Amino acid sequence: MEGIIGYGAYIPRNRIKVEEIAKVWGADAPSYKRGLMLEEKSVPSPDQDTITMSVEAAKYALKRALIDPLEIGAVYVGSESHPYAVKPSGTVLAEALGATPEVHTADFEFACKAGTEGMYVALSLVKAGEIKYGLAVGADTSQGAPGDALEYSAAAGAAAFIFGRENLIAKAVESYSYMTDTPDFWRREYQYYPQHGGRFTGDPSYFKHIIGAAKGIMNKAGMKPSDFNYVIFHQPNGKFPFRVGKMLGFEKRQIEPGWLVNKLGNTYSGSSPMGLTATLDISEPGEKILIVSYGSGAGSDAFVFEVTKRIDEARDLAPRTRDLLDNNKNYLEYGVYAKFRQKIRKAD
Amino acid sequence: MREVAVIGVGMTKWGELWKKSLRTIFVETALLAMDDAGVDRIDSMYVGSMSSGLFVGQEHIASMLADYLGQSPVPSARVETACASGGLALRLGFMEVASGMSDVVLVSGVEKMTDVSGYEATYALGSAADQEYEGYHGITFPGLYALIARAHMEKYGTTREQLALVAVKNHCNGSKNPLAQFPFEITVDSVLNSVLVADPLRILDCSPITDGAAAAIICPAEMVRKMNKPVIKIIGSGHATDTIALSSRKDITWLEATYQAAKQAYAMADKKPEDINLIEVHDCFTIAEICVLEALGVVKRGEGGKAAEDEITFLEGKIPVNTSGGLKAKGHPVGATGVAQTVEIVKQLRGEAGERQVKDARIGMAQNMGGSGGSTLVHIFERE
Amino acid sequence: MTTPSRYWREIPQRYRLEANKCKNCEITFFPPRLICPQCKNRELEPIKLAETGKILTYTVIRVPPHQFVDQAPYAVGIIELDDGVKITAQVVDCDFEDLKIGQRVRIEFRKIFQEGESGILCYGYKFVPE
Repeated sequence: MEGIIGYGAYIPRNRIKVEEIAKVWGADAPSYKRGLMLEEKSVPSPDQDTITMSVEAAKYALKRALIDPLEIGAVYVGSESHPYAVKPSGTVLAEALGATPEVHTADFEFACKAGTEGMYVALSLVKAGEIKYGLAVGADTSQGAPGDALEYSAAAGAAAFIFGRENLIAKAVESYSYMTDTPDFWRREYQYYPQHGGRFTGDPSYFKHIIGAAKGIMNKAGMKPSDFNYVIFHQPNGKFPFRVGKMLGFEKRQIEPGWLVNKLGNTYSGSSPMGLTATLDISEPGEKILIVSYGSGAGSDAFVFEVTKRIDEARDLAPRTRDLLDNNKNYLEYGVYAKFRQKIRKAD
Repeated sequence: MREVAVIGVGMTKWGELWKKSLRTIFVETALLAMDDAGVDRIDSMYVGSMSSGLFVGQEHIASMLADYLGQSPVPSARVETACASGGLALRLGFMEVASGMSDVVLVSGVEKMTDVSGYEATYALGSAADQEYEGYHGITFPGLYALIARAHMEKYGTTREQLALVAVKNHCNGSKNPLAQFPFEITVDSVLNSVLVADPLRILDCSPITDGAAAAIICPAEMVRKMNKPVIKIIGSGHATDTIALSSRKDITWLEATYQAAKQAYAMADKKPEDINLIEVHDCFTIAEICVLEALGVVKRGEGGKAAEDEITFLEGKIPVNTSGGLKAKGHPVGATGVAQTVEIVKQLRGEAGERQVKDARIGMAQNMGGSGGSTLVHIFERE
Repeated sequence: MTTPSRYWREIPQRYRLEANKCKNCEITFFPPRLICPQCKNRELEPIKLAETGKILTYTVIRVPPHQFVDQAPYAVGIIELDDGVKITAQVVDCDFEDLKIGQRVRIEFRKIFQEGESGILCYGYKFVPE
């Protein structure tokens, strides 16, 4: 049986509150907080990017996996904010971990589902017997245009998973993908900020694909919502995961353990994967988890995991995701945030 | 070995010399030294320059300067040990004359630093640190000395006020030196309230960016005697190295290269620290003077902070230090500094130091340091 | 602009803290050396440095070199790692007022600087409070 043998998350220390952003643009903070269920979001420092967060999350995953990095056969980084337009993030990650040179490396991009794409491929290669261990990271330092609704949610974080066949923390019971061509959110080459289709990002996009993938995988696995202890949906804001959960027949209590977005923001490729790390942190042997990502453009990957006994010894070999989220925070004013995110025009 | 003496010295006003190029600054200064010596030709020359390449984009300055000084085809060499380049020029000239290979040698130093922006100057100076393992991490020169200062304060209880007093003393001396870049006095308060550069060091703890040159003519002592001029002999020369990276040292508050170079110079001169009447030290930052005095054996290890506080290093004190104003007030055109120290010691030993003259000065010492202490030259001079 | 070779060849040290150790007197060198300055022995073996340590001394750089302008002010310290090796690096994710000599820190992988708007991104180690 294949599955997760190590996992880890990373969250930058900086935060900005919804009120602080709303103040600058004259927006109504309480309505954002109610409407989107967002309170604050993480912000990367100038010295943090998708690569650095991937390295830290992957190091935590290695601490839980207890394997020799040289035995990792694949290193995948999924992100829509790879620091280079041309030159892989994965090579830096593989080199920093000491996994080179006999390793397959690739960068994925599929809006917010690039992380689960990497997971899908790494897991599949392990299943195929091509590699002993596969590492997949979902990470982003997303940018929302100043004043745009996305600015309240676009956040930074990373989650890493190592897949293997032995010493599993969670068995991979089923996987499934659901995809159509739906241009609800995009960023053209050479553009700094993404564009989106407003309410078009809802029903025909997020809801259609998540529901399609969730139903598809449950059908494939012969399972129903009540068979799961936990479910994680992509979290572009606080409200969508609960709404889609309700539409599918899940209860709030199944969603809440992996629901980080109100304090974290939307970490794009890291979003549902970080929900999974937070869920694994509190899960017990035998419990079943459904994760459904969503990436604009558009599609969803879905996995069913069953937690094993090893969770009890692996859980505290690295920091828990909720601890990273709740501790050691540093709140920024909008000016410093704008400086950190390079939103200020400077002389050459 | 022949006895070697300094027969002439030259220095022009230092500062931001917007109208003058590197070659002009050098030639004006070298001509002053030649006039002072009473010679119009030399056998060879050494030029100390830390980074003419980064500051003015000009390498190969040894030949250029020999040419513009009207001395081609004499041999001319540029030498570099970061901010100790001037001291090295003196040592090599000393060895050449002592060996009998040449009689009249020009030793000089020059740096033209204001043709680049502050950022570029910071970068150029930073290149004296380990670029891959110090500079890579964003450390600057003030930063390296700040690391030393913080450690010294922690280990020996050296105070912020003691650091400030070094600058106050050197500015007090510099106010009496018309060639100094900043010939005015400052107070402890003004140091403590000046802008932070690298905590705990503030701008008034730091030597400035300066354009300037200094030159000396050295020759066999016998030649000076025959000319009936004051005989200022070089009686000790020491040169030592240490790790270029500060973090590689056993004790980051201790300047081993200075200790070793001083040991050599004292041995050659057959002198002890208490024989010395005045010292020019490399106070690129206030903390540097404190650590140097310890390594030279002028004060005990850890007690450098008290030297200025107890006023023993003031002009009227037991052992005046940096009567010229030091790097702090006189300025610090890096490659020229070591030779400018020679200029000051020679003027003092000749009794030509005016308002800042040390009474009965007979033996003087100069300590010139590169990087965070990775190179040091120490010279001892005696009036015959 | 320098060619990437200069950055690239230091990757084992900057990404993975690879050092070496004199087989005779057991002193560790970072970066690795070809000869032991202590005993002049030329047989040295590779070793990985500890990833935690304590602050020996520190400063806050307020006048930075141009590649670091966007990060200033930033703290730089000399860190004594738990294996005794001392290295110079930035200390981040801390409030400057809270920095102390003796403070425990651990390594994190960060971007050190970037070569202008179009050059390579340079990564390496920094320290954060433990």
